[in-house]
Amino acid sequence: MADRSGSRRRFLSRIAGALGAAALGGCEKLSESAWFPKVLGSAEKLNRIVMPAVTGRKAMAQEFTDADLSPTFRSNGTSQPASDVYKALAADGFADWKLEVGGLVERPRTFTLEEIKALPSRTQITRHDCVEGWSAIGKWKGARLSHLLDVVGVKPAARYVVFHCADPMEPDGTSPYYESIDLDDARHEQTLLAYELNGAALPVPNGAPLRLRVERQLGYKMAKYLMRLELVESFETINGGSGGYWEDQGYQWYTGI
Amino acid sequence: MVSEAQVPSADAAVGETSPAVATATEPLFYRHRLPVRIMHWINVVAITLLFMSGLNIFEAHPALYWGQSSYSQRPAWLQIYADENANGEPIGVTQVFGREFNTTGFLGLFHRGDGMVYSAAFPTWMTVPDSRWLSMARSWHFFFAWIFVINGLCYIAYTIASRHLSRDLAPTRDDLRGIGGSIVDHLRFRHPKGEAAKRYNVLQKLTYLLVIFVLLPLVILMGFAMSPRLDTLFTGWVDLFGGRQSARSIHFIAAWLLVLFVLVHVFEVIITGLWNNLRSMITGRYRVPAEEVHG
Repeated sequence: MADRSGSRRRFLSRIAGALGAAALGGCEKLSESAWFPKVLGSAEKLNRIVMPAVTGRKAMAQEFTDADLSPTFRSNGTSQPASDVYKALAADGFADWKLEVGGLVERPRTFTLEEIKALPSRTQITRHDCVEGWSAIGKWKGARLSHLLDVVGVKPAARYVVFHCADPMEPDGTSPYYESIDLDDARHEQTLLAYELNGAALPVPNGAPLRLRVERQLGYKMAKYLMRLELVESFETINGGSGGYWEDQGYQWYTGI
Repeated sequence: MVSEAQVPSADAAVGETSPAVATATEPLFYRHRLPVRIMHWINVVAITLLFMSGLNIFEAHPALYWGQSSYSQRPAWLQIYADENANGEPIGVTQVFGREFNTTGFLGLFHRGDGMVYSAAFPTWMTVPDSRWLSMARSWHFFFAWIFVINGLCYIAYTIASRHLSRDLAPTRDDLRGIGGSIVDHLRFRHPKGEAAKRYNVLQKLTYLLVIFVLLPLVILMGFAMSPRLDTLFTGWVDLFGGRQSARSIHFIAAWLLVLFVLVHVFEVIITGLWNNLRSMITGRYRVPAEEVHG
């Protein structure tokens, strides 16, 4: 009796050990499989539906005071775009820089920095949350993206705004950064095309001359060094097809969490 | 300590055997109902994977702060990194409230089987996936977060509706009066037998209540507080916890407190009869330890 329960115990603990090892070793295999990340990805789709439903479409991100400002606003990702086109524009103080707006719009056109600054602006002190885990607080001034979209006229078929950037992500100068957001976020009151940080012209490390602020999502959504905006029905045919540079590397498209 | 005078009648109520031969033939007592068993094991899987993928996420920025932001001129209260010692050898360093500790092999820097070292806050065996892989770790984390939250809501609903909460988990007045004795019993590894073994003891009840209604909700809430979208629910609600970076710190601490709970829980499971306890959480059936016969 005692022997039997002893061997049974050994047997069970061996099974438990094997299961545990298989389970943990299996996580690596599952992560590298084709199907399992898709199963895991279902949570992102839920987040994308549930979070806006719970908080409300127009819910506002928290705003802070001057006392909360981070002494220096951390630059992450590209801090100096390695592109000749960009370098030439920067050397000139972005005098020749233009933002191109096209795709599913009624009146495609370009905007100079002065034209963007002439649009109704908004100033906000918000917290920037990086996917890595850190946060920084900065004061942003910019044109509301919503106003710019009204100027060009969004066609009914458009569902996303795609942001094409000047900074190449590959050492050979290819793979410019890009991002995309849906129209709910694009139309949101705090969604800005920002040209000022902490009361001064947007510095190059933070995305000069123009960057996106989408305050209800994580930092990598907020594309810097903007060159072109494109309204699309789907981003599946753009670059890797996942709607952004990091998304093409497996990062979540919806970054409300 | 526990109503020993009533032993014979209590046993008679449970089974047909006398205490003397109880060890061999005592009938199994139905201790855990099916929904509780299922939800327990779902929870084991979900919390394990949440913890391990959470550590992998932490690797992306292995530093913790108090306040709204990470850049407020107040340094991180906890930071784990690799550095070099005076001889130029790589070491793992853990900095807590400004004090540095060499934690090579435990935190910050590890030796591999082939003699090479790798730097990471936590060893690869503790994280999911093994290697630093932020996007994948986030995918695991949020998938199992949903399972954990849905499972938890089902559990709360069940535990109230089935009166598991009021009957089995809520401590009675007698329980609370016996708290000192229960502490002494635990420290002496003396465990309830007979009728008393069919119920949770008072420390068990209080611990379970604390974990279920304080620690687990707190860890979820602090996860929500890190979400820029959920932060918009009520303006400034994250400030109640000191801001987003405080919430991240609390999330981390609460996760480790859960690990502490699991270690004590598994320890108690082992010393009070691993197989018997394990069976009762799989089949529901528990062999009640016989009462020691004395006066």
